[in-house]
Amino acid sequence: MSNKKPESVSTNALTARLLLFAAGMFVFGVFVLPPVYDVFCEVTGLGGKTKGQAAENVVAVADESRELSLEFVTTVNQYAPWEFRPAVEKMTIHPGGLYEAMFVAQNLTDQFRVAQAVPSVAPAQAASYFKKLDCFCFSAQEFLPGEVKEMPVRFIVDSDLPDFIDTITLSYTFFDTGGTTDDAAMPENMDHGADSAHGTR
Amino acid sequence: MSTAVLDGHAADDSSEHDHGPAKGWRRWLYATNHKDIGSMYLIFSLLMFFFGGSMALVIRTELFTPGLQFIDPAFFNQMTTMHALIMVFGAVMPAFVGLANWMIPLMIGAPDMALPRMNNWSFWILPVAFTILASTLFMPGGAPASGWTMYPPLVLQTGDAFPFLIFSVHLMGISSIMGAINVIVTIINMRAPDMSLLKMPMFVWTWLITAYLLLAVMPVLAGGVTMLLTDQFFGTSFFLAAGGGDPVMFQHIFWFFGHPEVYIMILPAFGVVSEIIPTFSRKPLFGHDSMVYAASSIAFLSFIVWAHHMFTTGMPLTGQMFFMFSTLLIAVPTGVKVFNWMATMWKGSMTFETPMLFSLGFLFLFTIGGFSGLMLAIVPADIQYHDSYFVVAHFHYVLVPGSIFGLMAAVYYWIPKWTGYFYNERLGQIHFWLSTIFVNVTFFPMHFLGLAGMPRRIPDYSTQFADFNSIASIGAIGFGFSQLLFVYIVFQCVRKKGAVATQEVWDNPQGLEWTVPSPAPYHTFDTPPKVTAETAFS
Amino acid sequence: MQAGDPFSKLRGVPIGVRQRRTQALNFPGKRLSDDDWHDGNCANYILRLDGHKKENASAQWHTADCLSEKLMIRKILTGALTLLAAGTASADWELNMPRGVTELSAATQDIHMVIFWWCVAIAVVVFGAMIYSIFMHRKSKGAVPAKFSHNMAAEVIWTAIPVVILIVMAVPSAELMIKLEDTRDPDLTVVVTGYQWKWHYSYQGEDVAFYSTLARASQAARRRDSGIDPETVENYLLDVDKPLVVPVDAKVRILLTSNDVLHSWWVSDLAIKKDAIPGFMNETWFKAEVPGIYRGQCAELCGMDHGYMPIVVEVVGQEAFDAWLLNEKGAVTSVASAEGDLR
Repeated sequence: MSNKKPESVSTNALTARLLLFAAGMFVFGVFVLPPVYDVFCEVTGLGGKTKGQAAENVVAVADESRELSLEFVTTVNQYAPWEFRPAVEKMTIHPGGLYEAMFVAQNLTDQFRVAQAVPSVAPAQAASYFKKLDCFCFSAQEFLPGEVKEMPVRFIVDSDLPDFIDTITLSYTFFDTGGTTDDAAMPENMDHGADSAHGTR
Repeated sequence: MSTAVLDGHAADDSSEHDHGPAKGWRRWLYATNHKDIGSMYLIFSLLMFFFGGSMALVIRTELFTPGLQFIDPAFFNQMTTMHALIMVFGAVMPAFVGLANWMIPLMIGAPDMALPRMNNWSFWILPVAFTILASTLFMPGGAPASGWTMYPPLVLQTGDAFPFLIFSVHLMGISSIMGAINVIVTIINMRAPDMSLLKMPMFVWTWLITAYLLLAVMPVLAGGVTMLLTDQFFGTSFFLAAGGGDPVMFQHIFWFFGHPEVYIMILPAFGVVSEIIPTFSRKPLFGHDSMVYAASSIAFLSFIVWAHHMFTTGMPLTGQMFFMFSTLLIAVPTGVKVFNWMATMWKGSMTFETPMLFSLGFLFLFTIGGFSGLMLAIVPADIQYHDSYFVVAHFHYVLVPGSIFGLMAAVYYWIPKWTGYFYNERLGQIHFWLSTIFVNVTFFPMHFLGLAGMPRRIPDYSTQFADFNSIASIGAIGFGFSQLLFVYIVFQCVRKKGAVATQEVWDNPQGLEWTVPSPAPYHTFDTPPKVTAETAFS
Repeated sequence: MQAGDPFSKLRGVPIGVRQRRTQALNFPGKRLSDDDWHDGNCANYILRLDGHKKENASAQWHTADCLSEKLMIRKILTGALTLLAAGTASADWELNMPRGVTELSAATQDIHMVIFWWCVAIAVVVFGAMIYSIFMHRKSKGAVPAKFSHNMAAEVIWTAIPVVILIVMAVPSAELMIKLEDTRDPDLTVVVTGYQWKWHYSYQGEDVAFYSTLARASQAARRRDSGIDPETVENYLLDVDKPLVVPVDAKVRILLTSNDVLHSWWVSDLAIKKDAIPGFMNETWFKAEVPGIYRGQCAELCGMDHGYMPIVVEVVGQEAFDAWLLNEKGAVTSVASAEGDLR
């Protein structure tokens, strides 16, 4: 290999660099893209995601001059054994004001169960203005057999909400996260499909 | 100039120092010679082409008339998924790696690839990967059936095949990454002394760019599928809404890989066509440097357009605008390439041997695929086209008469150099015309189907779609069987049947590969060649 | 359209049957009985059910089988050739994107046609030049190759002109995109939930909710070796047991989510396609201007029966809609009280 140019890097060094680059791209894919995506979602409201923790330093000053219509939608994922509904389907609110909405869920089995509610807001642009002070979706909800639970969400819709938004839909999806609290952090195992597999863990 | 070397073994047995290939299976299993490895890649990809193609025929046979006749919906989905995975990772990509192995050292005056042992590994991983992938067909729950895009949560419903799918994708990725590193190091470090980067042939250039793309995105795919794996088995929830994840994020990661992947499959074909059109126009390539810049900008832009595959997932307006404009921007360098090829032919002195015919077929039909791509970039229209047969028509137009025709053209163009014998020109032309006619019969009606509202990936359809589907199926069967002719033609060359090729093969072609005998001896360019005005590109 | 029985168009399904379905499947969160569950989810079960039916109807079944074979042969013989020659032979034949029945679907089709004609124009120029070159600059005609390989002016021109064309193409679509995203002031909101493999519609604030599954006729004919020729089934694979009913000239907001995997709600006459994603809420809207029945399908691969979850939207006059809604509410109320009794 006499034709190596004097200024060039050795083959081994170049190979090592390229391997390092490939490894770097893997790290980028696994450890950089997801958090960047989350930040991106938070900024743009992509996917209608709202914050997973309580908003801080929010002062409730209702803007009486403006009315917003707020709708609630509930879904239960994978036919999980819950009945899950908003106490009211719709309310009229003023931006900046502090409100509370109730959701009712019932465990339809005779087993101890845990559910995680996942919020989503439509239109997505409203997501970052929807500030929750307290929400049952912040943590997994435990249900005794047959238990009926009333679960509150306390929130303020920021008065900076863009003018073109007049209706906000807040959606919660109930995901079954298993029969024990230990499993609460575990995502649902999709393999199990519908309810036939539940209640045995 | 034209000294034909009739016996390929002349070089093999010449001296102790310049030893020939090992005998028997050792030659292949322990292969480190770039020509042997190149041949193995090409043969492997041909096998995969027929394996994946037979799945396409299963699909098209089922879709010949409305109603289910032969297979069940679940198996149909396995077929569409496996067809795509095998064609993308098993046929098109390895075929281009095979060409790179054979031709890059010959074109830049290098004795071999820079990393011969890694080269051996990167090839032999592939049969393992595809054996694993093919074995999923016999597993409980069947082969993967969630489309080659592997979107969660559906992909997590795959049966026992799931970890094997992930593992085989990892292996394919490792193979591609090693192949890409080899190409880059070879091109950077092993060029003949006087060959500056801008004097390199276009095929080498496009492969250099492709290799960087591979290196940048295959690890991202590996990362994406690894996250699927941990979501399924290790309790993470990257893509599961229940744990705070987002299934759409997988689509972003996938298409961050997937869109550059599209160019990985087409850029080397651009390179091939840029070699062939000048040869048969008897005129140098128009705008060599601007071709390089165009290919580079296509590669760069391919990183910022990925979300145009996802306009219906619900994206902020600004996002839609950004991805629409960046996608449209890609049409500019692509257009430059098409115009440059046109200008290369302009006022040339053209003849129409099979490689040229396939290149012209490429030029016309790839451009049609480009047009439908342009239409797909327009967001409101895309909302109608998305996930319909219009998309199926679009990407098959860029992949079959694009990538595959580019590969066919390359094989016809270089096979006299590889084997020392010409292919049968008459049969080659028949192969071209059959392929061209059938490819259009197959894929053109799909545009209409998509516009009329037929979604992709469905095993059965409403009766109003029946006629075009029948036509498409006839075309697919015709196209599939026409390719047997290709196998016959290639096999005849390998069996040394046909006219003997000279060293130059064609009428005064440009490039170092034409300065070695035909067939190219087992070892070439042990001493670096002199790059003259005749053999340099610019 | 407005006058008369608003249910006359609901495909002849007796009202009782519809109510029963509503009863059984109304609450997505409720643990459904095994039968209900299987009906929607387990194709094997459906196969078994239909297998019984097949025995009962074996006589007709055989004739139908022969018929379908004959039809198939006829199709093979006549199919490609006749139809290639006569594009207008069949009234069903759609070559192009439908114009649709909303302002935005028409605008979408306009944009589609504009880009299409731009592409045709560019193709004429590019292909024309290439074909001219192929015929005139060939060796057999004694063409002597020119030597040029650069021309700055030409390269600048064919970089600049496409940029201009692309901007001309993109600007009108940007305006349309803004309209497509404008979901304000809906007259009606429907929450659409994708299931493997059916749709669930819930009228927001109206207490009306139901599943919409593939119609029985298609369900029976779709199986392998069913012996039923799909040509004999009206709206094969594009018909449902219970369509989404909406009023004409009303802005309908669609909120989309999914119960399990990704789905996509696509009705091309309404120019709507939006993904249903589990855990997330997507929104889109339409305002149908012409009463009628509009059909679509799930557009995102969602598993085995992805091809068998059609969408049917029935656009009716406001009065007919109100009457329909009232009737549906009656059905739901009776279910709700029955539910209360059970507890």
